[in-house]
Amino acid sequence: MMQDELVGKSIAYRRDILTYIYESGGGHTGGSLSCVDIINVLYNSIMDITPQNWESLDRDFYIQSKGHSVEALYVVLADQGFLDRSELKTGNKFGTRLIGHPTRKVPGVEHNTGGLGHGLSVAAGLALAAKLDRRASRVFCLLGDGELAEGSNWEAAMTAAYYKLDNLTAIVDRNRLQITGHTADVNKLEPLADKWTAFGWAVHETDGNDVAALAGELRGVPFAAGKPSLLLANTVKGKGVSFIEGEAAWHHKVPTREQLAQAMRELEVQS
Amino acid sequence: MSGATMRVPGAGGWTMGKANLEVFAETVEELARADPALLVVTSDSRGSGKLSSFATRMPERVIEVGIAEQNLVGVAAGLAAGGRNVIAVSPASFLATRSLEQIKHDVCYSDRPVTLVGISAGVSYGALGSTHHSLHDFAALRAIHNITVVAPADNWETREAIRAAASPPGPKGLRSPVYIRFGKQPVPDLPHTGPFAFGKGRIIRAGKDAAFIATGETVWRTLRAAEALSARGVSAAVVSMHTVKPLDETLLREVAGAVRAVVVVEEHSEHGGLGDACARVLMEAGVSPSFRVVALPDEYTVTGSQTEILDHYGISESGLAETMTGLLVGE
Ligand SMILES: [Mg+2]
Repeated sequence: MMQDELVGKSIAYRRDILTYIYESGGGHTGGSLSCVDIINVLYNSIMDITPQNWESLDRDFYIQSKGHSVEALYVVLADQGFLDRSELKTGNKFGTRLIGHPTRKVPGVEHNTGGLGHGLSVAAGLALAAKLDRRASRVFCLLGDGELAEGSNWEAAMTAAYYKLDNLTAIVDRNRLQITGHTADVNKLEPLADKWTAFGWAVHETDGNDVAALAGELRGVPFAAGKPSLLLANTVKGKGVSFIEGEAAWHHKVPTREQLAQAMRELEVQS
Repeated sequence: MSGATMRVPGAGGWTMGKANLEVFAETVEELARADPALLVVTSDSRGSGKLSSFATRMPERVIEVGIAEQNLVGVAAGLAAGGRNVIAVSPASFLATRSLEQIKHDVCYSDRPVTLVGISAGVSYGALGSTHHSLHDFAALRAIHNITVVAPADNWETREAIRAAASPPGPKGLRSPVYIRFGKQPVPDLPHTGPFAFGKGRIIRAGKDAAFIATGETVWRTLRAAEALSARGVSAAVVSMHTVKPLDETLLREVAGAVRAVVVVEEHSEHGGLGDACARVLMEAGVSPSFRVVALPDEYTVTGSQTEILDHYGISESGLAETMTGLLVGE
């Protein structure tokens, strides 16, 4: 997909995310807006995952370890044809399959996530199975930055390097915020790139809200033969809406009607 | 429990078998030879799992994740999602709770049919102490949806349970997560008839006065108790309730409804295991024989070998016979 189209998709997805959260009455607004450009580029420019090849193992795989940014995934899956867009109206309602974390009941969701620090091990298992079976499948895993305090991520990081899983790419949505505030005020993540390098990963860093930069990096995986790839995607939490950007308070705040209208006006200007 | 042969009068005679752990390793190799998709995932546990020779003969079938049980189960779930038939092996104590959240989210909730094998379960590790004992696995796993919880009694049940869990799926491909736990000491071969099926308890000794409902490696101790009681004129049935979840409620009601006293036996905490499960079923059904659970009490476990610990808590021929006699006398 061309860069202009990707930019347009991101704006449309942001509108859908905000509408979804407003209508469903709950969601992780800041994180979904921060990572949606990554999910956009993966589905529209990088990964071979479609409703048509979904039942096959000869395709790529996507695991969203930061399951709470589920709205971003739902709106992209709807756009990709996995879901009817009208189903987005059922979000968080009684009996819906569109709940606040991804489950395999939703077409296009690979794995149930929500508890943090789970996705990377599962992604490593998927990547290892593909290697063993000589499938060309690639596995992409989206991690939050706050999530990296979970020690299980580092267990998985060692295994991925030990098995030389260069068909595995993890992308860290490095928005530097988590529910309490700045990640640096909660735990010592830095030097983050060095940590992944030391764990045997090939690390690149990019602007995680720049679709062209993201596409350029992700087209280049694996970053090194015989190593898993780590893309440190520097993002802005709440990206695209001035009063949500960089505000930890918007971690899971729901916009009011007026705030939604204001956000839509800002996104209109960007398109 | 040393010596090659142990014959017990009154049960047609039974002989000493191997450790269930060894039978597990043999069965894994048998299944791996038949199924190219089978993988065993270990957390530095191939030696403890008696899988070292298997790993030497079929190295491509063993995935090693190091001492990292959370990763063990997550990677196992991913391999299963990638089309592999996966057996994850770790000491029961660590597997059941160090990786409990991975079992819950990545295997059960995500419906990835991994076979989780808890080795050296209960107090098998004896004097290594409570860090290594799994007296909490039934309780933890019973509360999780979409998992079958199994404790085979002898070599035959172990072989059948591993085969049932990890044979290639049928044409419909339907299978579900299973947790199987067993110990590492040799156990006697018990009488067995009929097919093995998860969720179907086995009456291994009939009796009209009383019934023992036992699971895992307490079953043979229970059978000896029943034989001792027989010499005293008490006819006690023994059920191997190898599947703790889903419980064979029908068999339980039938057996318990036909006797005056029921004793449930398990190498597990007295909280949340087979005993509690049986009590609920019987109370809800209005079946009310005299009832006791013989399990490990809620205290710092005494120190010693597995046999010494079980003997201390009355999970022994004499202890169980005494408990049953007391129940029958006290009615
Ligand atoms: Mg964050």
